[in-house]
Amino acid sequence: MDMKVAKKKLGLKEKYRLMTRDLGWEPTYRAKDEVFPYVNYEGIKVHDWDKWEDPFRLTMDSYWKYQAEKERKFYAIIDAHAQNNGHLNITDARYLSALKIFLQAISPGEYAAHKGFARVGREFPGVGTQVACQMQAIDEIRHAQTQIHALSNYNKYYDGFHAFADARDRIWYTSVARSFFDDAMSAGPFEFMIAIGFSFEYVLTNLLFVPFMSGAAYNGDMATVTFGFSAQSDEARHMTLGLECIKFMLEQDPDNLPIVQGWLDKWFWRGFRVLGLVSTMMDYMLPKRVMSWREAWEIYGVENGGALFKDLARYGIRPPKGWDDAEKAIDHMSHQFMLGLYQWSFGTSFHSWIPSDEDMDWLSAKYPTTFDKYYRPRWDHIRKLAAAGTPFKNFGLAKLCQTCQLPVVFTEPDDATMSCHRETEYKGEKYHFCSDGCQHIFDNEPEKYVQAWLPMPSLFQELNGDIGAWMNWVGLRDGEDNGDFVGSRDQRNFDQWRGMATSNL
Amino acid sequence: MTVTAIKEYVGVPRDRVENFNGKQLVYVSWDHHLLFAAPFLLCLPPQTSFRELVEGPLSALVQPDPDAAAIDWTKVEWLKSNQPWTPDFDRSLVDNGIGHKDQIRMRTPGLASLSAAA
Repeated sequence: MDMKVAKKKLGLKEKYRLMTRDLGWEPTYRAKDEVFPYVNYEGIKVHDWDKWEDPFRLTMDSYWKYQAEKERKFYAIIDAHAQNNGHLNITDARYLSALKIFLQAISPGEYAAHKGFARVGREFPGVGTQVACQMQAIDEIRHAQTQIHALSNYNKYYDGFHAFADARDRIWYTSVARSFFDDAMSAGPFEFMIAIGFSFEYVLTNLLFVPFMSGAAYNGDMATVTFGFSAQSDEARHMTLGLECIKFMLEQDPDNLPIVQGWLDKWFWRGFRVLGLVSTMMDYMLPKRVMSWREAWEIYGVENGGALFKDLARYGIRPPKGWDDAEKAIDHMSHQFMLGLYQWSFGTSFHSWIPSDEDMDWLSAKYPTTFDKYYRPRWDHIRKLAAAGTPFKNFGLAKLCQTCQLPVVFTEPDDATMSCHRETEYKGEKYHFCSDGCQHIFDNEPEKYVQAWLPMPSLFQELNGDIGAWMNWVGLRDGEDNGDFVGSRDQRNFDQWRGMATSNL
Repeated sequence: MTVTAIKEYVGVPRDRVENFNGKQLVYVSWDHHLLFAAPFLLCLPPQTSFRELVEGPLSALVQPDPDAAAIDWTKVEWLKSNQPWTPDFDRSLVDNGIGHKDQIRMRTPGLASLSAAA
């Protein structure tokens, strides 16, 4: 008699073992060192790759299922946004500047992270690590795509969105983010994990994404809120991977500690410089503001970051070297940055503007020790120049930092009236920096940073200083994408279309 | 090692003077005058006299500052690479020892319309 045998269903744990760990083959035709040639040169010692824990225990088949579900929801909302003229529901067309900066500087970073994780997923010998990195690689390319798709609807109606990829590669204010990712992608696999997996995803991601996504929600931008939600559950996995990676390195061998600490110091500071763009967006570019940059830093930097470093202290990790300088810069950076963006707005693919009286009162309430003392007098003067018909444009271009590639807009940590001047000579060439943090990074690996392609010097190298030719090359349409928001086509169109939607004119 | 790498690694600097079509870079800034968000980047032939630099691009660039008209160029204090230094206005950049990518700072004690006391 035939007995019916119930088909045995795999338990989660067993499935995870079979579909991930069990895929790790021992090579027999080639030595392991030949198959994984990049895993030792950074000096990180690993004794047992099986100690790598993946708390999510996600296998590829379930991964596809979850992601497909999220994609369906995302595109349904994006379609609805397009069909319902979602681009007219934002608070004000000034909000678009934040989106343009995000698309030009940050979304390409998602794509860079995709390439980086695809690479390190191949370079690490541990199976658990490989699988987690592969999933993150796919997440990152999905994020880049959903962001581009979400913002493409705005491109139908507004300026400054059309050439984001050229802006990413060629324009000057995006180079802080571009060089961050180029630096990480040209590092070894372990440093890459600290740079992106830990520093970016874990220490800084809240300061980047929370302000952007709540900024979008506050300003009526459903498209951006939707990609934020769609990425959120991935981010939780990425943060876990980043934290797991750092703990793994520290637990494997005590010799790893100084190397890891050096990377933390470096990547905290590099990330902090990228956040300069975010601080400006929060304090100046949202018509309806969520919180000040200072308030965001208190919650996500001081409280969350502080708790994290307290937790890591048992491994011997101390807070990053630049932490105190960062704290001193918090009440200044957004103002210093916005003053720069405004005076060089002939060269930006987004609009900036002089803050209104109401804006300035908000800023002085949020920055009681700095705004009225240092920055309001400059804005008042700039407003006078504009009223006199001679709006302030700084055609001097700017000295850039060799490491973070930002214009050197920052001041001495203890004197906000003095520009921070740092320079060094290496093999007979002079190099300039915006801060001690950036100079330390250069001094550790000068051969890497001497190769930096700096946008403003390049304008003179490659185009002989011809600004018009430069605008064509970066995809910036003079008089449309750039300049003051007041009088811009974006302002005119938004007001007219919104007027048609809300009145009988 | 000057870079962490798997083998001998030599970087090639991108902004050497020979890449600037016969010109050089000079950075100029005005202490305590932060209406200008960053030091100016100028690209000039090395034979430019210091006077031409001052009376040409520099004077034009500092115009928007309310102190610009009150600058007495004979009394400006100068620094080069953060050290006190005296330029000869009638000699060229190169004869003044101003190399490619040198940073020059000017100080005008008493002029500080837009600057808060430190």
